[in-house]
Amino acid sequence: MSLLELKNVTLRFGGLVAVNDVSFSVEEGEVFALVGPNGAGKSTILNMISRLYTPAEGDILFEGKSILGAEPHDVPVLGIARTFQNIELFEQASVLQNLLVGRHTHCRSNFLTDMLFTPFVRAQERVHREAVEHVIDFLDLQPYRQKLIAGLPYGVRKVVEMGRALAVKPKLLLLDEPASGLSVEETQDVAFWIEDIKKVMGVTVLMVEHDMHLVSSVSDRVMALADGSMLSIGTPQEVQTDPAVIEAYLGSDDGTESGEAA
Amino acid sequence: MRIVFKTSYDADIRLFKHKAQAFWYLLLFALAILLPFLISDFLIGEATLVLIWAICGMGLMVLVGQTGQASLGHAAFMAVGAYSNVLYQEHFSMPFLLSFPLAGLTAGVAGALIAMPITKLHGIYLAIATLAISVLAEDLIVIMEPLTGGVSGLFAPDIEIFGFVFNRYGNPVELYWLVLFITFLIVYLYRNMLRSPIGRSFAAVRDSEVSAKAMGINVARTKMVAFAISCFITGLGGALMGHFATIFTNETFNLIMSITLLLIIVVGGLGTIHGAFFGAIVFVMLPLVISLTRDALTVFADSGSVTIPGLESGLFGIILIGFILFEPMGIYGRWLKIRTYFELFPFYRKDMFRRQKSYLKTERTR
Repeated sequence: MSLLELKNVTLRFGGLVAVNDVSFSVEEGEVFALVGPNGAGKSTILNMISRLYTPAEGDILFEGKSILGAEPHDVPVLGIARTFQNIELFEQASVLQNLLVGRHTHCRSNFLTDMLFTPFVRAQERVHREAVEHVIDFLDLQPYRQKLIAGLPYGVRKVVEMGRALAVKPKLLLLDEPASGLSVEETQDVAFWIEDIKKVMGVTVLMVEHDMHLVSSVSDRVMALADGSMLSIGTPQEVQTDPAVIEAYLGSDDGTESGEAA
Repeated sequence: MRIVFKTSYDADIRLFKHKAQAFWYLLLFALAILLPFLISDFLIGEATLVLIWAICGMGLMVLVGQTGQASLGHAAFMAVGAYSNVLYQEHFSMPFLLSFPLAGLTAGVAGALIAMPITKLHGIYLAIATLAISVLAEDLIVIMEPLTGGVSGLFAPDIEIFGFVFNRYGNPVELYWLVLFITFLIVYLYRNMLRSPIGRSFAAVRDSEVSAKAMGINVARTKMVAFAISCFITGLGGALMGHFATIFTNETFNLIMSITLLLIIVVGGLGTIHGAFFGAIVFVMLPLVISLTRDALTVFADSGSVTIPGLESGLFGIILIGFILFEPMGIYGRWLKIRTYFELFPFYRKDMFRRQKSYLKTERTR
C-alpha cells in the first residue's frame, strides 16, 4: 500500500482545468518531486492534498483511506504537514512560538485548562518544548529561538517554516518550493536536510521544486507536469531525458509550443 | 543590560523572565494596593474607573490584539454583563459572588453564539457586522423594557459580599480594592492564555489563517473561543461598570463606548496587557487634565469659565491620529523603546525596532 495515492484527480477553476486526470502514488520512505513550468498545477496538487481545494473528480488516498472528507485542519492530525511557496509564518510571534504551533495537533489541553495553566498544561508545555528543541537542533536555529519572524531574513524564514512542519511529526511532508529564493549554499543545506528527513527521521517527502539540481540530487522519483497534465514519471534521469518534458520546457523542434497546441 | 541564562525550559514558561522583573511587578502591585493612602477619595474613584476600563480593554485585546479580529461592538457585551449581573441579583436574588461570574459567562456565551456566523467575515466586513451588533444592542435594550427598564434604565444595588457592602460613594476605597483584586485575577488568566497553546493558536489565526489550518488549528472554533473569552472578560468589566455607574440605561453602552474601547487599546498598544492599562489611564485622565488646564487658564486669563463642547473627544481623536502616525505600537511600544534606550545606553540605534516589510502572502488560498 502506498502512503499517498492520487487517483485520476481533476480540478477546475471555472473553465480552466488546473489539474487534469492526474494519478500517482508516493511510497513510504521516498522523496517524490513534482516539476514543471509555472502554472503546471504543482502547487495546486499540494493544496488539494492539504484539503484547501477539493478536486472535482478523482480521489486522494492517504494510508489507503480517502481524505476528501477531511477538513484542512484534520490533515495534520492524519500526519501530513506542509510548507508554503510564499512563506506563511506567524509574523508577530517568535521562532519558538511558531515551532510550538506546529505541536498543536499533539496538544491535549483545552482553553479552560490553558487559562488556569493547570499542572497538566505545564507538563505538556515542557514535552512540546523538548520536541521543538530537537527540531531547532536539527535545523541549526538556535540563534533565532526568541527572535520575531518579522525581523528575520528570507533564508531563515524558509528554514523556520520547514521546522514548523517538522514539529508536527508528520508521516508525509509536503514542501512547496523549499529552495526558491535561496542562495547556492542555503540550497545545499536544504538538500542535506531533506536527505536527513528521509533517512534519519523516516519521513516521506513530496516536494514541488524548480531547481533541477536539487531535485535530481535528493529525489527518488520525479513527476513532470505541464498545463495540469502528467508528462512523465520516473527517476530524475529518466524524466530529464524524456522528450515530452524537453518539449514542454524548451518547445519542440518545429517551433510550435506544446502548451499552445494543447 | 541584563543577560538571562536559561537552564531549563521552565525559564520560558514562567510568568516572569527574571527575579528583577518579578520584583518590579510586585512593587507595582503593592503600590496599587497602597494607593488609597496616597491620593484623595475622588482620585481613587478615577483609579477604579481606570481599572474597569482596563478590564474591558483586556477583553477587547484578546480579540483584536491577540486573534486579529476587529470588533466595534464590544459595548454590547459590556451591556450584557451589566444588565445580566443586576437582573440575576434582582430576579433570582443571587449574591454578587454568584451573579458576577454568571454575568461574565452570559456575555461569553452571547459572544460565542454571535461569533459562529460573523467570524466568517474578514477585516472591514467583520468590523461592520460588529458595529451592527452595537447598534442593535442599544435598540434591544429599549425594546426589552419590562426586563431592562428601557430608557429609564436599571439601578445597580450596592455590591455585597459576606455582609460587606461596597459602594462607590460610601466606601470608594473598598470598592477600589475589590476591582483591583478582580483586575489581578483577569491579568493572571490573560498571562496564562498567552503562554499556553490557546494563546499561540490565537496568534496563528491572527497572522496567517491558511497556515494555522495547515498546522491543525480549527480556525472557526478558535475564533469562537476568542470571542467567548473576550466577551467574558468584557462582560465582567461591564458588570463592574454597572455597579460603578450605579444607574445605567441604553445610552450608557452606546456605539461611542464601543469605539472608545477600541481607541483605548490602540493608543495603549495592541497585543499587550500593558496596552489596555496605558490606554485606560489616558482615557480616564484626559477629562481630568482638561478640566485642570481649564481652571488654570481661567485664573490666568481672568475670564469666566469657558467650556468647549466636544473638546474631550476631539483631543482623544488627535492623540489617536498622532499614535497611528508616529507610534503604531502605542504607548507600550514607546515605553519599550525608552526602556531599551536606557538598558543599552549608549548603544541604542534609531532603527532598532524597525520591522522589515512582510513578504508576499498567499492570499489566494484563504
